[in-house]
Amino acid sequence: MHKNEKDITAPKRRPRGPGAMSDPGEKAKDFKGAIKRLFKELEGYKILVIGALILAMAGAILSLLAPNKLSDLTDEISSGLVVNQDNLEELINKTTENLNEDNLRKVIQDVLIVDLSETNVTNIMSDSNISVEDKSVFQAKMQEIASTQDQTQIFNILTQLPTTILNKILPNSTYQNIEVSTNDKIEILNMVGTINKDGTDIKDIIMPECLKNILFKEIEIDSVNISSNDQYIFLQSIKDIDQDNIDVNELYKKIDEMPQSIQNVVKPVMNMDAIKKLVIFLVGLYVCSALFTFIQAICMTDVANKFAKSLRSRISVKINKLPLKYFDRNSTGDILSRVTNDVDTIAQSMNQSLAMLVSSVTLFVGSLIMMFYTNWILALTAILASLIGFAGMFAILKKSQKYFIARQVELGKLNGHIEEIYSGLNVVKVYNGKKESDEKFDTFNQKVRESDHKSQFLSGLMQPIMGFIGNFGYVAVCIVGALLTMNDMISFGVIVAFITYVRLFTQPMSQIAQAMTSLQSTAAASERVFEFLDEEEMDLQENITKVLDKSKVKGNIEFQNVVFQYDNNDQPTIKNFTAVAKPGQKVAIVGPTGAGKTTMVNLLMKFYDINSGDIKIDGVSTKELTRENIHDLFTMVLQDTWVFDGTIKENIIYNREHISDERVKEVCKEVGLDHFIRTLPHGYDSKLSENDSISAGQRQLLTIARGMIEDVPFLILDEATSNVDTRTEELVQVAMDKLTKGKTSFIIAHRLSTIKNADLILVMKDGNIIEQGNHEELMNKNGAYAELYNSQFEL
Amino acid sequence: MLKLLKNLGKKEWIAAIICLLLIFAQVWLELKMPDYMSEITQLVQTEGSQMNDILKNGAYMLACALGSLVAAVITGYIAASVSSIFSMKVRKKIFTKVENLSLQEVKLFSTSSLITRTTNDITQIQMFVAMGLQLLIKAPITAIWAVTKILNKSWQWSAITGVAVLVLLSVIAVLIAVVMPRFKIVQKLIDKLNNVTRENLTGIRVVRAFNAEKYQEDKFEDTNTKLTNMQLFNQKRFAVLQPTMYLVMYFLTLAIYFVGAFLIKDALMVDKLALFGDMVVFSSYAMQVIMAFLMLAMIFMMLPRAQVSAERINEVLDTDISIKDGTLKENKTNEVGTVEFKNVSFKYADADEYLLKNISFKANKGETVAFIGSTGSGKSTLINLVPRFYDATEGEVLVDGINVKEYSQEFLHNKIGYVPQKAVMFNGTVNSNISYGDNGKGKITDKKIKEAIFVAQAKDFVEKMDDKYDSHIAQGGTNVSGGQKQRLSIARAIARDPEIYIFDDSFSALDYKTDALLRKELRKYTKDATHLIVAQRIGTIMNADKIIVLDNGECVGMGTHKELLNTCEVYKQIALSQLSEEELKNA
Repeated sequence: MHKNEKDITAPKRRPRGPGAMSDPGEKAKDFKGAIKRLFKELEGYKILVIGALILAMAGAILSLLAPNKLSDLTDEISSGLVVNQDNLEELINKTTENLNEDNLRKVIQDVLIVDLSETNVTNIMSDSNISVEDKSVFQAKMQEIASTQDQTQIFNILTQLPTTILNKILPNSTYQNIEVSTNDKIEILNMVGTINKDGTDIKDIIMPECLKNILFKEIEIDSVNISSNDQYIFLQSIKDIDQDNIDVNELYKKIDEMPQSIQNVVKPVMNMDAIKKLVIFLVGLYVCSALFTFIQAICMTDVANKFAKSLRSRISVKINKLPLKYFDRNSTGDILSRVTNDVDTIAQSMNQSLAMLVSSVTLFVGSLIMMFYTNWILALTAILASLIGFAGMFAILKKSQKYFIARQVELGKLNGHIEEIYSGLNVVKVYNGKKESDEKFDTFNQKVRESDHKSQFLSGLMQPIMGFIGNFGYVAVCIVGALLTMNDMISFGVIVAFITYVRLFTQPMSQIAQAMTSLQSTAAASERVFEFLDEEEMDLQENITKVLDKSKVKGNIEFQNVVFQYDNNDQPTIKNFTAVAKPGQKVAIVGPTGAGKTTMVNLLMKFYDINSGDIKIDGVSTKELTRENIHDLFTMVLQDTWVFDGTIKENIIYNREHISDERVKEVCKEVGLDHFIRTLPHGYDSKLSENDSISAGQRQLLTIARGMIEDVPFLILDEATSNVDTRTEELVQVAMDKLTKGKTSFIIAHRLSTIKNADLILVMKDGNIIEQGNHEELMNKNGAYAELYNSQFEL
Repeated sequence: MLKLLKNLGKKEWIAAIICLLLIFAQVWLELKMPDYMSEITQLVQTEGSQMNDILKNGAYMLACALGSLVAAVITGYIAASVSSIFSMKVRKKIFTKVENLSLQEVKLFSTSSLITRTTNDITQIQMFVAMGLQLLIKAPITAIWAVTKILNKSWQWSAITGVAVLVLLSVIAVLIAVVMPRFKIVQKLIDKLNNVTRENLTGIRVVRAFNAEKYQEDKFEDTNTKLTNMQLFNQKRFAVLQPTMYLVMYFLTLAIYFVGAFLIKDALMVDKLALFGDMVVFSSYAMQVIMAFLMLAMIFMMLPRAQVSAERINEVLDTDISIKDGTLKENKTNEVGTVEFKNVSFKYADADEYLLKNISFKANKGETVAFIGSTGSGKSTLINLVPRFYDATEGEVLVDGINVKEYSQEFLHNKIGYVPQKAVMFNGTVNSNISYGDNGKGKITDKKIKEAIFVAQAKDFVEKMDDKYDSHIAQGGTNVSGGQKQRLSIARAIARDPEIYIFDDSFSALDYKTDALLRKELRKYTKDATHLIVAQRIGTIMNADKIIVLDNGECVGMGTHKELLNTCEVYKQIALSQLSEEELKNA
């Protein structure tokens, strides 16, 4: 119950789990100072941190290299797309070189040597195999030939001769070692005829094989031999292509149909070796970059967690070194959130943001340099294009931060209301407060919804806007780049490179923004943590040499004009308190709330230092004793039933050593707990967990048992039995009296019945002792004590 | 989780559907962009392209980008709206439910758990809905759409992409399997660390008194070391994720290009250019596929956390309210201010043991009936049956002659002025705390408030406060002392002017003098009202008209102080533990 109560009231900043978002909008009081301090504290991890940051930087530089190489790879691949223009031209040149009109004419002339000699003519005329008609045609044509000098004309006339004649006048022959048969010659003759008819292109003509062989000398391009026929086919297939306006697709379709030798020469060649090399290089690059990132992450994780651990340890130790007055000023929740939330924030941001910041900045600066180095116009384009977007983004970021804070505030109010209503539910019910509470709840809920909506919407805008900036930059670079290319100011490769630079340039911007916000909250968190660690500690007690031995202390305590004032009070809580407790006496302190009873105990225990006066134990001033020494002499049981998560036995033994189980049982029997404990499932080893099977009264008995287990000269009971019913209390009293026999004890109690048998009753009011004496004496005095006492019987 | 989503109204579902359509549009536009992108790339790479073509494609692409931005912005707006309305509704629902829970059910959950369920758990769910609504829809759409776009381009590329997705998912799966259970341990260790620190802080005086600083520090260090080691283990495993993710993505691009090079090399001349274009487009779609799967993986990482929260919320929403409201809204009898128990027994629903056994008594108008007994004897439980915090398991509780179950709770509560053991203060002023709630008799006047404060012996300190009756009271009353809180809490009951007062050990934080004075004034001021008082101090109750002595839930004595001293052994023991025999006689 105790714990729950603290949960409800204390920490407004609840501890968060790992991975939770840090409260946005938190700002450090002195950002620079806080970060400086943080780095100073990190001194011990310097090498690891610097190493990690260098790795982060190296990783970033590698990623700056990668796009260039990737675009090289693309270039290399795209070089395999277009025909080998040089070879194609060479091929065309060489083939057409053979096939020009003059050459053709000459060859034809040389080949077609018409045998019109006397003998041959006589032979023909006398040949019985030739028909008379043919002979007459021959004779007619011969005359025509004789009447002309024009070679073409002659060929033309020849074509009109019958085959029988032609066979005779165009005998088989060899030309340039190539045999030309009569048939071939006739074909050539026919061919010449078609050429000469009208202005037909020579490429269109269908050539006899031998002529191809004669015309197209075998050529060699890139050590590929191209046969005459292949050359011919090539010329044939490209003949339709319009030289001035090449349709690439048509050309490629034709090429696909060409003979292998031509394809080999013309088709693009990818440099597979270069590609393989590039790929291997890139693989290496990526693996290195990944390795760097991994090692960096491992290093930072190590540093962050170890640093966080040491911070937590230091806080834990610090708690025990702070004077009690610190805890009067600061709530448990606040300190708790420093141990968990704040340290967590620091660790998280060290783990992520620091390396991210370094690599982002490197990327950002690197790509900036690379861009300006490559082309300043494009660089400016890219920067301008992204800047427009970023301006908008930062505006949104700023606005969303406002709503995040608003959301936090509204949610705080709503949660406050929920806590209030839930913890006072019985009152809400009986007082019919539901309507009122509902109205309030609805207003808060509505407000939370509104701020939720706005903050969520705005923060969700970041990503789409980032995407848009990237695309916008891309298009801008492409357009300006294309313009520049057309004016021959840059090459294509530059644009390709820039496209990646734009990405590399826009990406880190948002990361930097993110890292900066998280750095802000880290600064705020580390400020709180170090503020706590820097709090003034209790004095070191180095000069104290006196030691009171527990076993030799007689038990005399003397208060001499003690004055004490809490730091935050305007007036002293204890004014001039003077009293003496003799060895073995039972001293009771009574008085209304706020009289300073508990404060007296705190002073006696040296939890606080007194302003003036003195407290002496066996004549030795507590100022001359260490706190540990004093604590050693006292057993203290408080109203506040403090138990911790652990077994019953652990709670009773606490930090004392060499306590036997028997002793634990014995004490529990004395305070009347033994029976109850034995009914628990695990007996003395039962865990005391939050959902308590153990009542407030039993808790109190437990703390009494804890106090009783060790034998010390002094005993302080501060409302130690207030949660126990009066009958049980009596039992405890009996046990306690046995225990306190011969010891000096101080008892603060509300119930006067508890302290009636005290040797000395100190009645306190407003920090002073107004009466002292034993019960009878004080009753007879009929003063404040008597009045207090008698009031219990009035109605 | 799904069950909770039922809380979305028609409007929200329509909004969600609009979201769905918008996300479709967004994905379509996003997937359209690579087409234009490759178009632009090709145009820029081919000599002799027209500037106009580039501009045209650029404009198209920008239009796509702008369109998807607009769609994303609207989706974001709607998603934020839906998720915030959703969480508002669920929060309202659970709040109303808790308000109507009986104390028995509240006890079952514990107040602090109910608070976390209403605050943190809902925030968890809201975060999931806000992210999930977009991601959950977008990821699969993107994945499927992108996959269909690339599926028949080339089986080699598809296979490579498949392998990449598989590698990525298995890395994530292995990580989750290894790390997730440890995350839970981390959570526990953080709680433990918190506990140890809280322990040290709340018990700071005990720790110091026992010189146990070292003990506490060792305990802390133990947990601290465990936590750090566990965190290191987790985070180091998780450090693999990011590099692997990037490696997979880069390697995928590389592999597509490398395989592409071979494909292009072997292709017909006609197909080469198209193949190259496909390759560029494919690699960007493949990225989209990978991203979509990453998003899905993220959702699955978030889901368990949200699921746990959803279950915790549902647990509350599904709880049956054991107290059913009655209908009676007017007095049916002539009796006023009477409370009668007829053979009442009570036990918690899941307990075997009875807390109250066969209790019968009647308190008449103007009488004071007191209940006494040791801790755990059932006093508080008994009077809690009157305002129906619990219902009697057996027997009847009658107020003004009618079973309390028949009254509407509001009407019943208007008859009652209840002061709890632990004073409850609300954030507000002294005035607002005293005039809290509604008593069915209109607004409580300032005069009444002043009177109540006077009777409750709170006038002195209230008038000493800075703003007197308008002074601020912090939540939980942390700015007033325990005794002051209790007096204000009593004043609240007085201002209500009820027929029946119930004081549940409400005088314990007062010193004897104030206690006595208060009761004297109270009796004078509320002559006609019936008082039911639970107390520990004999002094508080010895002048009651009737004292009922409880022991282990049974009534072991009933009568006046004097009668009981002679007849009831338990009473006598209690009395003697507080006062001497002599004093008892004199009193």
